[in-house]
Order: sequence, then C-alpha cells, then structure tokens
Amino acid sequence: MSENDTMLSVRDLSVEYTSEGKVISAVNGVSFDLKRGRTLGLVGETGAGKTSTAKSIMRILPDISSRITAGEIYLEGKEILCLSEKEMRRIRGRKVSMIFQDPMTALNPIIKVGEQIREVIIQHNSISKKESVARAKEMLELVGISGDRYHEYPHQFSGGMKQRVVIAIALSCNPELLLADEPTTALDVTIQAQVMETIKKLKEELNTSMLLITHDLGVVASACDDVAVIYGGEIIEMGSKEVVFDNPLHPYTQGLFEALPEMEEDAERLKPIGGMPPDPSNLPKGCFFGPRCPHPGENCSTERKQLVEIEPGHFCRCGRALKMENSNG
Amino acid sequence: MAELIKATNLKKYFETPRGTLHAVDDISFSIDRGKTMGVVGESGCGKSTLGRTMIHLLESSGGTIHFEGEDVTRVNSGKLRKLRENMQIIFQDPYSSLNPRMTVEQTIMEPLTISGRFNKRDRIQETARIMDMVGIDRRLRLSYPHELDGGRRQRVGIGRALALNPKFIVCDEPVSALDVSIQAQILNLLQDLQSSNELTYMFVTHDLSVVRHISDDICVMYLGHLVETCSSKELFRNPLHPYTKALLSAVPSANIHKQQQRVILEGEITSPINPKPGCRFASRCKFVKEDCHQAQKLVEIAPGHSVSCCRVKEINNL
Amino acid sequence: MDDVLEMGRSMNKNETAETWKRQSQLGIVAKRIAKNPTALIGFIFLVLLVLMAVFAPYIAPYDYTEQNLMNTRSAPSLENPFGTDELGRDVMSRVIYGSRYSLSIGILSVLLGTSIGMFFGAIAGYFGGTVDNIIMRFIDILQSIPGTLLAITVSVVLGPGYFNSMLALSIGAIPMSVRLLRASILGIRGEEYLEAATSINARTHRIILRHIIPNTFAPILVSGTMMIGHVILSAAMLSFIGLGIQPPMPEWGSMIAGGRNLIRSCPHIVTFPGIFIMIAVLSINLFGDGLRDALDPKLKK
Repeated sequence: MSENDTMLSVRDLSVEYTSEGKVISAVNGVSFDLKRGRTLGLVGETGAGKTSTAKSIMRILPDISSRITAGEIYLEGKEILCLSEKEMRRIRGRKVSMIFQDPMTALNPIIKVGEQIREVIIQHNSISKKESVARAKEMLELVGISGDRYHEYPHQFSGGMKQRVVIAIALSCNPELLLADEPTTALDVTIQAQVMETIKKLKEELNTSMLLITHDLGVVASACDDVAVIYGGEIIEMGSKEVVFDNPLHPYTQGLFEALPEMEEDAERLKPIGGMPPDPSNLPKGCFFGPRCPHPGENCSTERKQLVEIEPGHFCRCGRALKMENSNG
Repeated sequence: MAELIKATNLKKYFETPRGTLHAVDDISFSIDRGKTMGVVGESGCGKSTLGRTMIHLLESSGGTIHFEGEDVTRVNSGKLRKLRENMQIIFQDPYSSLNPRMTVEQTIMEPLTISGRFNKRDRIQETARIMDMVGIDRRLRLSYPHELDGGRRQRVGIGRALALNPKFIVCDEPVSALDVSIQAQILNLLQDLQSSNELTYMFVTHDLSVVRHISDDICVMYLGHLVETCSSKELFRNPLHPYTKALLSAVPSANIHKQQQRVILEGEITSPINPKPGCRFASRCKFVKEDCHQAQKLVEIAPGHSVSCCRVKEINNL
Repeated sequence: MDDVLEMGRSMNKNETAETWKRQSQLGIVAKRIAKNPTALIGFIFLVLLVLMAVFAPYIAPYDYTEQNLMNTRSAPSLENPFGTDELGRDVMSRVIYGSRYSLSIGILSVLLGTSIGMFFGAIAGYFGGTVDNIIMRFIDILQSIPGTLLAITVSVVLGPGYFNSMLALSIGAIPMSVRLLRASILGIRGEEYLEAATSINARTHRIILRHIIPNTFAPILVSGTMMIGHVILSAAMLSFIGLGIQPPMPEWGSMIAGGRNLIRSCPHIVTFPGIFIMIAVLSINLFGDGLRDALDPKLKK
C-alpha cells in the first residue's frame, strides 16, 4: 500500500497534564495509522487517554494544564503539531472534524441549529448566503432531519436529533477525517442504532476516515474495520477487528471480553478484571497492566514491553502473548 | 407465600407546566421472594420513577402496592419508617449518591443511627461488618467519596442500602456509570449478596446484556406503559412486541460473527405529557394500524408471557 | 480530559492501602491557602489583628481613657508612637483597644446576620413553593433599601450603642446569605444523596443539617468573610456620624469622627485609625479571595 493511502499517522504521542503540582501522564507513546476510508476503533476505559489522543489530533488540548511532550502527528503525510494556530484553523472543520460525547453541551442554545451549521460552512467556503443556507438544509436532510427545522433552536430537539445536528456540523465541510468521541454514549440504544447508521452511511458516501473512540466493544464490532485497545495511555493491542476479536492476545483485552455480560449466552458468573485501572499520575514500573494481570511473568513488573507484531497485522504489548503464539505455531 | 411485592394498576403522574406527565401508567406486576425482576426501557420511559414509587420515595397517583401480602399503598409516617427499613434503593450515579462531606463510615452508619436500634459500640461493629460484606477495605473507613473510585463508591452505596437488612432492593442502573471491568465486580457482588441475604431485587436498567445476565423475569417499558413481560430467557429467545424486537436488535453485539440484522426505528420517542390513548409506540412502529390507537391491554400470549399489542399474533404468526 | 484529572486526583490516595494517606478537607484548604501568597498575607495580618484585640490590655502602653491634659494633640513621639488626641489620650492605645470593637462588631454582625439568613435560606430552598415565595419577596423588599440607609434607620430607631449597632448592621448581612444558601440548595436538590437520606428515614431537620448545609456552606463562608470587611466600614461610618459606638469607647470610626475637626493641624489623630481600618478590610478581603480559590480550585485553574 502506498504512502498516500494513509490519512492519519500518529507517532509516539505523549500527553501530560499538570494538576496541583502533580504530573499526570495521560498518553504515553501512542502510535497508529489510519488509512483512507477506514474506521479505527480506539477502545479503552475511563481515563485511558482516548479523548486526550483525539484532542491532540485536533490540537485543542487546554494550554494551561496540558502539554504534548513527545511525538508527531501526520495528516496526509504532513506534520501538524508544528503548524501555527492560523494554519491549524484551516485544517479544523475542513479536513478534520470532531464529534463530542455530549450533544447537550456541544450546541449553542441561543443560535438556530441551521445557523450553527451554516456558520461552519461559510468559515471554510466563500459562497453566498443563499447557497450556504441551502447547503445547511441539505446537511440537515442528510442526517435525517427535515430542512424545515433550520430555524429551530437546540432545545426543540431531542437528544438523538441534537447529536445528529452535531454530526451534520462535523460533516458539513466534507472532512476527510472524522474524530468521533463516544458519539452515542449519551443516547439510548434504539437512537444509538439510528445515529451509528447515519454515521456509517455518510462515511461511505463521502469516503471519510474515522477514528471512533468508545468503551463499548459492541459498537466497535458493528462499526469499525480496525481496533486499537488503549490502557494506561498506551496501545496494548492493535489489529484488524477480525484478528483482535477472534484472537485477543493481551490479558487485558481478554479480560474485557470475559467481563462483558453476553446477550447470546448464559453465564452464571461474570469474570471481572481484578484491581483497578492504573493511576496516571503514578504509573507502575514495567507493564502498566502488571498489577492486575492474571498471569504475570517474571520481568513483567520491571521491564517495559514493546508493541510487537505477533502475527501479520496483529500487534500486542505483552511478552507472554508472543511466547504463547510461538509455541502454538 | 412466594410473592414479596406486588403492584396493581400502579400510576404515577407529574403535573408539569405543559400538562400531566404520565411517567408510570397502569402497571401491574409482582416479584417473588429471592428473585430479580429486570425493568428495561429507554431514558424517559418511567422505569426509575416506577422503582421510586414502589419503595415510597415517590407517592403513587393511583393503584395499589402490596408488600408481604399487606396493602402498603397509603401508610402513616410510623408505618412508612418501618417499611423503608425493608425497602431500599441503590442509585445510579456513585458520584452524586454519596454526601461528599461524609466519610465512608458515617455514610454506612447513618441508617443504623437513625433506626435508633443500636448503641454506639454496636453501630461501629455493625458498620465494620457491612464494610467487609460489600468488600471495602476497613482502612478506607475515614475516607471521603472524592478519594474513592467509582466502583468503591458504589460499594459504599450498596453498604448503606443493606445496613438495616432490607428484604427488597430497587437497583436503579447501579452499574451504568462504571467501566466494564468494574461493572462485572459490582454485578457479582450484587448476586452474592442476593443469595447470602435472601434479597429480592428490582433491577432497573437500559443495558440489555446486564439485565439478561442478572434477571429472572423482565418487564419492558415504553413511555410509562408495560409493553411486554416474561422470563428473561423467554424474552431474549422470543421477543414478541415490535418495540422489544427493535430494542434487542439495536444492541451492538461484541460478537463479530453474529451481527444480526438491525431493526432501525424511524422517528423519535413521543412525549409522555398528555398522551393520547392507545399504543404509545405506534408513531415509530412499522406495523401500525387503526386498532393501535385504541387502548391496549396486556394479554397473556403464552404461559408467563404477556404482551400489550393488539397485533402481536399477526406479527408473530401465532 | 476532566476524567483523567479526576482519576489523578482520586486514585493516588487509594491505589494500595500501604501508600494510602488521608487528608482532611480542612487540611487541603489550609494547604491551598498556604500556597497562595496574597491569601497568606491576608491571613497573617488578620491573625495579628485578632491577637491585638485579644491581648489589648497587655500590649497597649496606656489605658484608652487615660487623659493627659498636659500633653494634648502632640505629634507621634517615642512616648506616644501615634501621638495623642485632643484630650491627651494615647492614640496607639486607643487604636489597639479599638480593634476589639471594630473587629468584634464586624464578626458578630456577620455571624448573626448570616445565621438568620441561613435559617430562612434553608427553608426557602428546601421547601420551595409558597414559603419560598414569601421569604424571597421579603428579601427583595429588604434589598431594595440601600444598606447604609437601612443601618442608619435601624440605629436611629434602636438608639446608638455597641449592641444596637451590631443589630443594625447584621440586618444588612441577611439578604445575601438567604439568596446564596437558597441558590446552592436549589443547585444540589437533584443530588441522589438527598434521596438516599430520605430512603433511610432521615427526618427533615437531619437532611438539612447533615446533608444540605455542609454541602452548601462554602459560598456562605466566603461571602461572610468578605462581608466582615464591609461591615467594619459600615460600623465606622455609623460611629462617624454619631449613631454607632459612643465616646469614650475607642471604635476606629468614632476616633476618626472625633479627630475630624483637627485633620489639618493634627492629621495623626485620624490617620492611624484610618490605616487600621484599611489594613483590617484589606486583609479580610485578601483572605476571603484566597478562601474562595481554595474551596473551589476549578475557579482559578
């Protein structure tokens, strides 16, 4: 595959927050590639560094409390961390858009929804007012809301519709990359199904690449092509959806699948992962999952593991997985 | 007598500036001792209101509640205090359900203090016992909620609910704010406590995989109405109401080889304020016909399986 | 990002029981104030003023009524560091004794006014409806009268004197605390722990005292602290126009009033009490600002 197939490439990204004199390492050397037209699911639990990664790509981390300490982010082969704020503004919305988790706070309550879409359109396109209004109505129709509702305010919409307006805003300039941060977590399942369907359809129509951030393995299974599991601010397992779901190698990924109550099967008892997620201000030495791991090895508590390609296209950050795979094969 | 609590034609209406909100409308069901009744539905369907009405945190607007065979729909304040010791609630949000200015010990001890049945020494001992029971390290006795993670906070909430040995517990989305790995710990804890303390649960949630895992029987609610009720196994094997079918199919499965055909619903949930008679799901239902706008009755289609839909037989070829 | 920060805050205290350390909430607040230089300066000056008031008889070189008619209106000297007034009384001793009246009138009026305000605020916020309406309309009326005018009117009705001034000034502190407490109660009304308290049979007074007040106290504490400075100024004003504390009691405001005719010839008589009023009010405001930041770290960061 050629270089220009890669839409987004993140290399060794590290992000730190400072809070009351403490340093919190939210992201610790995350690397991944996202190919054009594909969807990568970034899965992890609260505080694993998912949102910080997405905000780094958008360059919208709060300046006062956070810092990108290392790494590079390439958008279509172009480094964006060194761009000026002015150049970045041209990229945001047009090339890259982000959908936030909470549709209730992402819309301005005193501006008509249609105007909010139009605002983004005129920012990136020099077109007449008439054209931009028509385009905004078109976007509303695209996400399944009647264009007649252009003049309504956010409070007149239900949660699912607000989220679809947010999606319409994000997609209004045909971005090539969409960062969706838990786009359906705040919604009910039937509405979630509607919204996910909308996103999928639009993605196919516009050939957008998407980074889908979620904690829900079910959403990943239904909407993604590739998966990266993030834990303690680093990717611990990555590969196509098929290889990761059929053959999870990292004990954390395995634990996640086992802890999930299944719709299809009857399990008498769930198998929780013992212990608690690592404290990002005081990460353990060695493997971050070490203290919770059901099969810790000798040097797991001292040695930092690398992300190793265990089978073609399947990466895992666990030495034990590598050995097991070798002995099996 | 197996039946612990029974609701008959239970109603809870709220007066709002825009009209009467029918949060719980004419719901009847009963829960057997030691069993778990799951109540599922989407936000705003009245499931949390139903739970709170059952344990008298909200006063019902109509219908009756029987607890251990006794009518407890309208009780005086003395009776109510006694009743509340037997009926408790575990809340959804472990961040807002604990008083941020009270330590773990104070929170768990408060029901013991209020009951007036324990002297100070017994209270301290009893609190320690409860902390062991729900799996909180005794060393965390003096910590405040903000120092604990979500899972531990939820354990404190469970400890407070169990302090006076209640018989019936409403679990209002107790795990939906928790991460998957912690969620499994709490679900297991709830199951262990159920068998050791002979508890009866009413488990309110929107998460179908959780409700399937923990419930014996399930009620499906839609906008204040009970649309389908049967055993948990039956519901997941053979859902009959069109809404239940859509709901089940909408849940994204983590099994990539079993991606079923989704039923994508059109339209949005209608308002429960001043609703029209008839099926409230009608506006989103693809099987809608003239009859659906008449009042619907919950009818037993198969033994133990009741559905409130006039077209259920046609739709399912029964 | 917020959840990352939240995790960082909550986790480090509980990852393992071995490394686990407890920090009381008071300790946290004290630590934050200690890190804030302006608040710390305010606090130190406030403590010094309070110590001065408490130990006035031991610090003051003379009694505040002791007259020396041979030595009137003298400029500051070694014997009388702040000089003497028209009756030959030592200005420094009077300023030191004066801190007792000025500070105590400030603190006590605010305490009294805030307590009354909290009582009604709690009732208004908790019960809502008609009760709320009645209380709030009364507060509206109270607030529509200018604070100074109100204090003057009440002082005129009650007559001058220490206790009456305190009463007059405390009325000014009521509306703010009613509003603040009511607003914060409305803010936490939906919290599940209040419902939890009902479900474990807690009675109304217990819910208000144990669950509501402790969680709504911070803004009252901050505004109360700030108000002390304001009340000290008002007390000085009342004394200045002759309605407050009466001579020979050495309240700072009445000292300024007493020396006002001599402001050209002997400015020290009014300057020193003025400086102390300024120090007291300034240090209270600095401390109050710091207290607000310490209680709500999100405000600043």
